[in-house]
Amino acid sequence: MAARRISSLLSASLPFLSHRGKQSYLSRGIYHYSKSASLDNPIKPPVTVQYDKLLINGQFVEAASGKTFPTLDPRSGEVIAHVSEGDLEDVNRAVASARKAFDEGPWPKMTAYERSKIMFRFADLIEKHNDEIAALETWDNGKPFEQSAKIEVPMLARLFRYYGGWADKIHGLTIRGDGPHHVQTLHEPIGVAGQIIPWNFPLLMFAWKVGPALACGNTVVLKTAEQTPLSALFVSKLLHEAGLPDGVLNVVSGFGPTAGAALCSHMDVDKLAFTGSTETGKLVLELAAKSNLKTVTLELGGKSPFIVCEDADVDKAVELAHFALFFNQGQCCCAGSRTFVHEKVYDEFVEKAKERALKRAVGDPFKAGMEQGPQIDGEQFKKILKYIKSGVESGATLEAGGDRFGTKGYYIQPTVFSNVKDDMLIAKDEIFGPVQTVLKFKELGEVIRRANNSPFGLAAGVFTQNLDTANTLTRALRAGTVWINCFDTFDAAIPFGGYKMSGIGREKGEYSLKNYLQVKAVVTALKDPAWL
Amino acid sequence: MAARRISSLFSRSLSLPTAPASLGFGRGMQRFTSSAAVIDEPIIPPLQINYTKLLINGQFVDSASGKTFPTLDPRTGEVIAHVAEGDAEDINRAVSAARKAFDEGPWPRMTAYERSRIMLRFADLAEKHTQELAQLETWDNGKPYEQALTAELPLFVRLFHYYAGWADKIHGLTVPADGPHHVQVLHEPIGVAGQIIPWNFPLLMLAWKVGPALACGNTIVLKSAEQTPLTALYVAKLFQEAGLPDGVLNVVSGYGSTAGAALASHMDVDKLAFTGSTNTGKVVLELAARSNLKPVTLELGGKSPFIVCDDADVDHAVELAHFALFFNQGQCCCAGSRTYVHERIYDEFVDKAKARALGRTVGDPFKNGIEQGPQIDLKQFEKVLRYIKSGIDSDATLECGGDRFGSKGYFVQPTVFSNVKDDMLIAQDEIFGPVQSILKFKDVDKVIKRANATRYGLAAGVFTTNIDKANTISRGLKAGTVWINCYDIFDAAIPFGGYKMSGIGREKGVYSLNNYLQVKSVISPLKNPAWL
Repeated sequence: MAARRISSLLSASLPFLSHRGKQSYLSRGIYHYSKSASLDNPIKPPVTVQYDKLLINGQFVEAASGKTFPTLDPRSGEVIAHVSEGDLEDVNRAVASARKAFDEGPWPKMTAYERSKIMFRFADLIEKHNDEIAALETWDNGKPFEQSAKIEVPMLARLFRYYGGWADKIHGLTIRGDGPHHVQTLHEPIGVAGQIIPWNFPLLMFAWKVGPALACGNTVVLKTAEQTPLSALFVSKLLHEAGLPDGVLNVVSGFGPTAGAALCSHMDVDKLAFTGSTETGKLVLELAAKSNLKTVTLELGGKSPFIVCEDADVDKAVELAHFALFFNQGQCCCAGSRTFVHEKVYDEFVEKAKERALKRAVGDPFKAGMEQGPQIDGEQFKKILKYIKSGVESGATLEAGGDRFGTKGYYIQPTVFSNVKDDMLIAKDEIFGPVQTVLKFKELGEVIRRANNSPFGLAAGVFTQNLDTANTLTRALRAGTVWINCFDTFDAAIPFGGYKMSGIGREKGEYSLKNYLQVKAVVTALKDPAWL
Repeated sequence: MAARRISSLFSRSLSLPTAPASLGFGRGMQRFTSSAAVIDEPIIPPLQINYTKLLINGQFVDSASGKTFPTLDPRTGEVIAHVAEGDAEDINRAVSAARKAFDEGPWPRMTAYERSRIMLRFADLAEKHTQELAQLETWDNGKPYEQALTAELPLFVRLFHYYAGWADKIHGLTVPADGPHHVQVLHEPIGVAGQIIPWNFPLLMLAWKVGPALACGNTIVLKSAEQTPLTALYVAKLFQEAGLPDGVLNVVSGYGSTAGAALASHMDVDKLAFTGSTNTGKVVLELAARSNLKPVTLELGGKSPFIVCDDADVDHAVELAHFALFFNQGQCCCAGSRTYVHERIYDEFVDKAKARALGRTVGDPFKNGIEQGPQIDLKQFEKVLRYIKSGIDSDATLECGGDRFGSKGYFVQPTVFSNVKDDMLIAQDEIFGPVQSILKFKDVDKVIKRANATRYGLAAGVFTTNIDKANTISRGLKAGTVWINCYDIFDAAIPFGGYKMSGIGREKGVYSLNNYLQVKSVISPLKNPAWL
């Protein structure tokens, strides 16, 4: 399965959203989903596809094989554009160009300040083209246009300003020696970075990967997901307009087993970052191990618990839990996909969660007020319906949804299961769709054990007013992010990544920089030092 | 091949002189063929071997299979002791002890101050037992007793003081948010750490691995090298005495393909650290990828350049280059094993390097004044001799040495080749023995290119008094450590690790801590914040 990942969303600096679900614009269109917009005539996106080739050494070029692949509109399954299909030979060309740009080119040799200015100019250009980029993202991915235009594209600009600011703040250390030695560490760019991004947040994943790599002075070969190749090509063009030297960022559209595997196995790639499924992540690491031991960071799957304690304001908890799961059509690897609710409030919660799901506005993502668009493609669509069937068969109670939505494209009804047990498949596997599973718990110790009883450890939600409960849960949960009374807060400075089989390493924040730096210790003998 | 690694050695705090011309190891300037070692009657240390079993959950136990293996004296190839041989079942027992100690035991739950005090008490005990430990290390490994006693043991103690000091200084961060959220980052222990150490510096490698793991609150399953199991068991006993709770440090003696592979593949091991050969490192990473994606740090092979510029004081350079290669019988992964000498001083350098090698004192490592003991075992001994033959066959000039030393045990004559070319096997492969290869260079740019033309990138030496050359070369070299006018300075605070296929990650220094920490972001909304 291709890759995927979630964005930043509920931040007060994005004034149209508050962290309290009830006031979220996403929940404004409160009508029953089955009555929402007609899906038979998709709205024509306000954008044209300008870039459909590979970007290698600053030039848009055809694939060496001449092959293309169609990228589809998830609303209809129809072709948006035919895109050059990169494979091994194109990855070789792209890596050679990145290698040259690193070894000889101006990029790592210019000042950090100059690099930062190019990144800032890029952020300005993103802002200028906000709606165009957002339309492309929605067209290719199916996510609500309002979400793209008001949250994700602004966040893309914000992330590049964040990383632009880091470029001239990468410090090494000087170190006390145990003897007459002058010791320093240099934090050097690592070289050519291979980056493989998923289809669920194509632009944000672009920023999480490309931002720190460029800030640290590296060059990049980026492989986009075959489902969503378009927005990366568009913004990469803007990055060159901003002054990025040729060869510093190369973009290869294509498939995992061909282009992706070639990048992972390449002997001249110094670092690899991958976001996607756990299964593919294991393969990526294995290819790195078998080739040149390139360092690998992985952001993988999850089955994140959302724990609603007995002291909860049920209405707020329902809204937040709903958002935690259904956001982005449920296509978030940190989706709060195991909703654990205390038995004292369980029945009320289930009733209200069902109501909320029934009101979710599903429809053409280009229509105003839509909360939910189609799933990314036929494969995901079928997989989700299979899981829904499995939930029904395993004896969970289907409270809402349960089927496709409409008759065209990959829309799925917001679905809620109650009476879910830990050993059911829907409580164990990552569904990656709009399927909420509500489980019951009694005691804190018990819910901690159950929440941790998963090969994943990406994120967790905790809903409580009690400080002790919050602290106990926060420390005990084996998860890379714990959101307390909030969810999916994705500020640039907050590190993100997984415990256990949810991944290796952290992205965003200060922590992301060391993924793209080598540490060199330089030790010099001292003669007659004034101090040690 | 089993693993191996180098230590810190020349530090003023270890009261050894720092100017190479007056090195302790350089005192015995007699021709090695006439050195007075009595290898036929090895000096037997006044020591009883008390600990030969596996240490699991605080108890010395037989292996589940009841099997043992002999650990041999490299001076003679004779058996020192029969040691319990751990395999997959013993690893399972050890991991479950470590798991329980982490999940339920007092270790991660006591204060960091209490952990630091146990580590400090251990350091005191190690100091108290310095002689026994040094004797055991020399007996099992064959390194000069003076080196073990006056350099390695003090450094071992120093490393535990260093890491004990870190235990209560592991800070997380609070993070500026983009909205009304309180963001903090917790640095948590990662859990059960699997650690596989080599035979070349058994005690120091134990300190590099166990020190940061314990300081961060983890529990450990340590697999020692089958060539050198004895000191780790002794040390583990001292840890029990110092108050380490049962199950926190488990030691399994055994082989890589059985015990090592079981540890690397174990689904309940949260982190793996390995020091050894690049080939084995690749397998270790592959096993981690195929099992549970445990993060892996690797310290692997090297073919480190030692660059002598034309402004060099030749005598001084010869002495340092000699030390860089021959130290520890050449069994250092950061050995300066490609000696690049500027053409202007090449002939003089070669003559003096030859004279220095001929003056090297080889003999029974328990004898005073001995600089070089035997190689670790027959396999290494034969491999080193094979490489010497390859050097002769490929037309390098054999200046001295070239054969075994004496007729018993695994001693090899200090060997020097001149007129070595980059494409000869002896200039490309890691020999891991007392074989110096001297190459000629003309200008700085070219020597940087040649020095970097290897799959390795562990360390480098630069010998110059010119600040521009020092700066140019130290930035240009792709190596994790650059020693300028010194070599093998291994202070506790200096990070160590490889570029390229020499490894992943850094050990020692502040950098080593994050190998043993998980990063957890904790976010909660703020009501009416006084500031953001």
